[in-house]
Amino acid sequence: MSANVLKVENVTMQFGGVVAVDNMNLEVNEGEIVALIGPNGAGKTTAFNVITGVYQPTNGAVWFQGEKIVENHPQGKMKKLYKGQNDGTYTHVLAPTPDKITQMGMARTFQNIRLWKSQTVFDNVLIAKHCRTHTNFLSAALRLNRKEEAAQRAHVEELLKTVGLYDVKDELATSLPYGKQRRLEIARALATEPKLLLLDEPAAGMNPQETDELTAFIGEIRDKFKLTVFLIEHHMDLVMDISDRIYVLDFGKLIADGTPEEIQNNQRVIDAYLGVAEDA
Amino acid sequence: MTTSKKKTVFLAAVLILVLAAAIAVDAALPSYHIVIKVIKKGTVYALVAVSMNLLNGFTGLFSLGQAGFMLLGAYAYGVLTIPVAKRISVYQYFDGGAIQFSLPEIFESFLGKTVGTTVGMLLALLVGGLLAALMAWLIGLPVLRLKSDYLAIATLGFAEILRAFFQWNALGPITNGSNLLKSYPDFEHATSYIILAGLMIAFIVLLINSTYGRAFKAIRDDEVAAEAMGINLAKHKRMAFIISSFFAGIGGGMLAMYNGTIAAAPFKSAMTYEILLIVVIGGIGSITGSILASYLYIFSAEWLLRGLDSGKFLFINAPAVFKNGFRMVVLSVIIMCIVLFFRKGLMGDKELPDLLGRRPKARNKEVVGK
Repeated sequence: MSANVLKVENVTMQFGGVVAVDNMNLEVNEGEIVALIGPNGAGKTTAFNVITGVYQPTNGAVWFQGEKIVENHPQGKMKKLYKGQNDGTYTHVLAPTPDKITQMGMARTFQNIRLWKSQTVFDNVLIAKHCRTHTNFLSAALRLNRKEEAAQRAHVEELLKTVGLYDVKDELATSLPYGKQRRLEIARALATEPKLLLLDEPAAGMNPQETDELTAFIGEIRDKFKLTVFLIEHHMDLVMDISDRIYVLDFGKLIADGTPEEIQNNQRVIDAYLGVAEDA
Repeated sequence: MTTSKKKTVFLAAVLILVLAAAIAVDAALPSYHIVIKVIKKGTVYALVAVSMNLLNGFTGLFSLGQAGFMLLGAYAYGVLTIPVAKRISVYQYFDGGAIQFSLPEIFESFLGKTVGTTVGMLLALLVGGLLAALMAWLIGLPVLRLKSDYLAIATLGFAEILRAFFQWNALGPITNGSNLLKSYPDFEHATSYIILAGLMIAFIVLLINSTYGRAFKAIRDDEVAAEAMGINLAKHKRMAFIISSFFAGIGGGMLAMYNGTIAAAPFKSAMTYEILLIVVIGGIGSITGSILASYLYIFSAEWLLRGLDSGKFLFINAPAVFKNGFRMVVLSVIIMCIVLFFRKGLMGDKELPDLLGRRPKARNKEVVGK
């Protein structure tokens, strides 16, 4: 088995004529914190959505813990389009739904917070544990699963203590301040017992102090839960602080990858972010 | 005493009170009395409304197929419980029908009169529920891929098709075509209705508060997030749909029991709307709201406002104004007032015991997420 937890192989995602992600290849190794950065509209969230099964890629495959979880190779019309690239040999399609991928051990947060609005903080995390229950609805309704339920509740309480939301556990999720809602989303993702945590702009809309706290927090949970973290972020402070490696995406194409120092000094990255002068 | 304990005690007290009142009413009044009738019908509607609330209010699936599933339950109950001796007169146009057994009579032969009949009746209700559940599973496969209004239209269409199908003459030996099914047994006491429906509503409440119920609510609140957190959307939607239909089927059987006759004609979309109305008035997402609203609705529609149709209402005698149909005018106005002044229904998304304690409230609304 390979050491990489996540491997994205030749993934292309096309929406009509727009190529949101173009032939992306990347690897995330166990225990790493890897960041995917890029200007707005570069296709970062699309890449996330392909990895988590929300979109089926136009072409390519995604491997998770040495197992192929998503695969689509062109058929019919698309086959012609990609002929030559893959020699038309692939016709296999593997498209599990996001819930199956989460059950395999990959959990994500959302760029625009998507908490369950009518639920309390505690219930938000508890619901995420649902995918780990083994009872059927009859024994659940007849309360024959008390042991499991109690274990889950205990685990959720522990989790809330870890992320520092225990004192607000009975508040409605949406009544929390923004930074805490972000934390809650991470806690909710952790409740599904993931191996790989995908964070979609975890620091979006946070002030510098909150961002610093979050930076420390991501490192903490990585160590505590033995996670691998793959994140999209715009806050360069955060990215440069915690990332082991960085991939840079621009107009759907990966233009660079390497350690934070390498990326900071990469001319193509600087061009992509700052633009190239007319006469250059 | 903690709030949750207080709530439990309060709920238990209310339940005991209701049961005691039902027994007292049963003892004091003959079974044809209007109070008994209102309680029976209100109870049946409460069960169906709660089953609809499970789907529409807790899982967020806007389905309007309730009347169809009730029809299945009603027919199953009637067909399986008509005494064999009476079949020849009930199925007079179909030579006594194709089915020549009656569940209550089968069980009577070895369990004795009272127990046997009851077991047979309950079993017939169960068969009706299972039939409705099976049908829900079947139509759920294609229909549950639809969302919101489209789902409503598809399920509404299904219910209408089913109604027409049951009136088909070719099915006459079983369904009696468009003729009535009658002469089947009924529970005499309102208490039996209340206990039966109460047990089923209790099951629904327990389900809603279990891990599966929480998953349903997650799907209602945000499908994308629910799926991303490992909740299998197709499976859980199907589950909610089947469970809801199962109880609607049993509710249909009980309605047949109460009515004394079964025909496909009354199971129109209007019946679904009636139940939807009850759910909305009671509060979408509130079980006690649905129950309360069913009794209120049946009480006003069947009893309180009856006089408006026949010339005399309370102490006012005005046959010139209070003619047939005036009842519906007044009822509509009342419903409009309720909807205007109780935007979220009588109970909102609260339950009866919640009225005791403080619920978590959104403190600072401006930070509510996108």
